[in-house]
Amino acid sequence: MTSASKSPWILHYNASSCNGCDIEILAALTPVYDVERFGIINTGNPAHTDIFLVTGGVNEQNKVVLKNLYDQIPEPKVVVAVGICASSGGVFRDCYNISGGVDTIIPVDVYVPGCSVRPEALIEGIVKALGILEQKRAAMEERK
Amino acid sequence: MTGKQTIIPFGPQHPVLPEPIHLDLVVEDERVISAIPSIGYVHRGLESLVDRREYQDFVYLAERICGICSFTHSSTFCQGIEGMMGIEVPPRATYLRTMWGEYSRIHSHLLWLGLFADSLGFESLFYNAWKIRESILNELEATTGGRVIQGVCKVGGVRRDVTPQFLSEMDDRLDGIEDEMKELTNVFLNDYTLKKRLVGKGVLSKEDAYILGAAGPTARGSGLDIDIRSTGYLAYGDVGFKPVVEKDGDGYARCAVRCKELFQSVEIIRRVMTDMPSGDVSVPVKGNPDGEYFSRSEQPRGEVVHYLKGNGTKYLTQFRVRTPTLTNVPALVSIIGGCELADVPQIVLTIDPCIGCMER
Repeated sequence: MTSASKSPWILHYNASSCNGCDIEILAALTPVYDVERFGIINTGNPAHTDIFLVTGGVNEQNKVVLKNLYDQIPEPKVVVAVGICASSGGVFRDCYNISGGVDTIIPVDVYVPGCSVRPEALIEGIVKALGILEQKRAAMEERK
Repeated sequence: MTGKQTIIPFGPQHPVLPEPIHLDLVVEDERVISAIPSIGYVHRGLESLVDRREYQDFVYLAERICGICSFTHSSTFCQGIEGMMGIEVPPRATYLRTMWGEYSRIHSHLLWLGLFADSLGFESLFYNAWKIRESILNELEATTGGRVIQGVCKVGGVRRDVTPQFLSEMDDRLDGIEDEMKELTNVFLNDYTLKKRLVGKGVLSKEDAYILGAAGPTARGSGLDIDIRSTGYLAYGDVGFKPVVEKDGDGYARCAVRCKELFQSVEIIRRVMTDMPSGDVSVPVKGNPDGEYFSRSEQPRGEVVHYLKGNGTKYLTQFRVRTPTLTNVPALVSIIGGCELADVPQIVLTIDPCIGCMER
């Protein structure tokens, strides 16, 4: 285990979400759930990011922003689709502007269910993402 | 000597913004000359689904217009359908809706106070605000089953009732929450650093607030006495209501309005609890809506208007929402002009933008 997979830094982007999942991501960082005690920090900078949390079903205008952010994150990186909208489009799937899930734009590693997602589920998703992050790092080491 | 004009992009992804909005800031040296907003990053086209979802199912979608003001959106939509169909909602249901609406307001204002502290880098204050917010979410979860999306409103009333025992215990818990909020708002209103970043920043005059159509705490911070709760919808007429108004129109006044509304909401919840009528919490609904209706409510961010039109089938033909953030954006653009570049994040936050609501 390296320090990054013990204390990953996360980047959060709202790709056409209703806010419900976004405020639960922040709630997971604040005192009651408090993932910051493990050194998990919500960074605003893609270049510092290990885990990318995306909420919402991704609309036309967001596609480019989401792709840009993904490209700016250094390898190894893990993408977590937070909530049902990010996973499949959810209740907004039939809307004319919604592409139907984050995985239509960028590769997703972990899907967290819920509308809105509960902080407990989100934390479990991040823990799953840590395992994947470690695997990706090991694979990178091997290639060297 | 002044430099050339430069355009600095602000957003859509920015550390102080939990949601994407984009502003092109035209700056000359450190001074912002004007701001050009561009929106559409959260637009889902939710209103168009109204002709494909039955009106009773659409309550769920109305609730998901925004995850912060979720309860108010669902109750406003239900209010509209009930108005159109002439359904008499049991008094206990209107009292419960008032109670949950006020809980949502407290949770939204605490959320804003936290985010604002975070934008200044005042992390411990952010954490304290969100710690108190969790106690409010616990109350919401205990009574409705959901933390941020409650799903408790339905056409004709509400889905869940509260027990008298729960109500009596709630009073004690509210005392604790109120004490914690007193400590918190004391920091927001009297701390030297926070005052430095708020007093005199982003001044919106009363005339401008009126002409630009500001709503909610943004309007009330500028001395406009606009609050839909004064019209006495739901149980507000019974429990009595007087809006919180501040005169200065700067960031501090808007912050003070929200701080004072926290205690006002606690007071309303107390009165609702004591006067809670007994009886059913919902009535059966038969038939389909026909006609049109404007439904208005006071959200944490200001007045929200739902326009509904039905044609006697189970699908509405038209649904339109006007949310407070959209009407506050012209005010925001006007107050950003002439400010220091370093103050932009704080000024943007003082109108409490909720992009999820704004773009739907």
